[in-house]
Amino acid sequence: MTDRFLVATRKGLFTVQRGERRMSPWSITAKAFIGDNVSMVLTDPRDGALWAALDHGHFGAKLHVSRDGGTTWSEMVAPAYPPKPADYKEVEPAGGRPIPWSVLRIWSLEAGGEDDPGGLWCGTLPGGLFRSTDGGGSWELVRSLWDHPKRREWFGGGAEYPGIHSICVDPTNSSRVTIGVSCGGVWVTEDRGVSWTCRAEGMRAAYMPPERQFDPFIQDPHRVVQCRSSPEYLWAAHHNGVFRTTNGARSWVEVKPQPSSFGFAVAVHPGRPDTAWLVPAESDERRVPFEGRVVVSRTRDGGESFTVLSRGLPQRHAYDITYRHALDVDASGEHLAFGSTTGSLWVSVDQGDTWQTVAEHLPPVYAVRWVRQRDSGAAGQ
Amino acid sequence: MPNVSFTPNIQRHVSCPSAAVAGATVGEALEAVFRENPRARTYILDEQGAVRPHMVVFVDGRQVQDRRTLSDPVTDQAEIYVAQALSGG
Repeated sequence: MTDRFLVATRKGLFTVQRGERRMSPWSITAKAFIGDNVSMVLTDPRDGALWAALDHGHFGAKLHVSRDGGTTWSEMVAPAYPPKPADYKEVEPAGGRPIPWSVLRIWSLEAGGEDDPGGLWCGTLPGGLFRSTDGGGSWELVRSLWDHPKRREWFGGGAEYPGIHSICVDPTNSSRVTIGVSCGGVWVTEDRGVSWTCRAEGMRAAYMPPERQFDPFIQDPHRVVQCRSSPEYLWAAHHNGVFRTTNGARSWVEVKPQPSSFGFAVAVHPGRPDTAWLVPAESDERRVPFEGRVVVSRTRDGGESFTVLSRGLPQRHAYDITYRHALDVDASGEHLAFGSTTGSLWVSVDQGDTWQTVAEHLPPVYAVRWVRQRDSGAAGQ
Repeated sequence: MPNVSFTPNIQRHVSCPSAAVAGATVGEALEAVFRENPRARTYILDEQGAVRPHMVVFVDGRQVQDRRTLSDPVTDQAEIYVAQALSGG
């Protein structure tokens, strides 16, 4: 089981660790980039590298790497769009603003597989996917996706521009990569980015006009996660509800969590594809915890039923919302951690049955990531 | 030669000392700086070579007009100041 995770926040990156004894409390043991907006963090199990994406409001998006566990950091080259052709015209469909060929935010960052040494993927606002084949020494825009005519139809959800927030690299075949787009559905490549297919059949957007509600290309998955031992199983927290696929995103089925189906974060057990966790909010219209109670909703039967978990979480006048990357499960499937917009941070060592408060006054939490070790076999069952 | 100086706020991320450089436009002067200090470029300009949305460049106290191609002329005595716009929280 993993005993360390990283927390990316609006104003810094924090390391949380448990003391040496099993019952030792969890505490913040290191901090970095204090005052800076850390939009994403990655722990690469292949070489132990830690990556932090910074979103300097004035100075742009940057990437830093640490190769000593977070003690020191070095700035690396950040993904960058190629020169925009002079005659190129494109506007974001919902707001009509020109799409900038510039990284506005690094929103997702993932390591390639064991069979893809040096491979890294990076999703950005305004919708470009980037790939590095040399361990982050250089990046290239994935033109097959950027130039796809349907990519031009992507539109912003909560942000002004569309963005790629989820990148799922199939642990059994790193050429198969699934991405989630707000708003633009779920896209899959089987050939490491040479070609792409939109796979969002079954997803439903009730807020769209009737004739567009099942249109795969306009779906707004908030977060897409993949089961490591059964990669055909993916879960999506979607603007309109929660969806699950058992066939590699070829079709999605809606499930009905309690106490609500609206939320951003979802995590799936690495060894049990039917076990997943959500951090629900009340509704799209009212993005606060249901009845002011912070809860985690867990299913162990593929979404047939849900258990609402609250032991150790605030149950009165709590208005914490959990962003899409701010919930994570470790490689064993036993440890979970999640953070909130109001700077609270909780950890569980028993699949969510009970929670311990790690911090209550952090900056808004954007992303939580357990430090992953190199796979040593099947995840816990 | 025009003198280029930078907001103190940027120094925490990348060292940008003031420099007297050759150049007849804002773009030429900044390009001369970036030749010596390539990391500074991405902090001030975006990938398309335009001034970042929340950055601002002054020449002798006046904001430059051409933020996209940086064609505003500068004199040999010009003071070019690269600052951050007021935004964020």
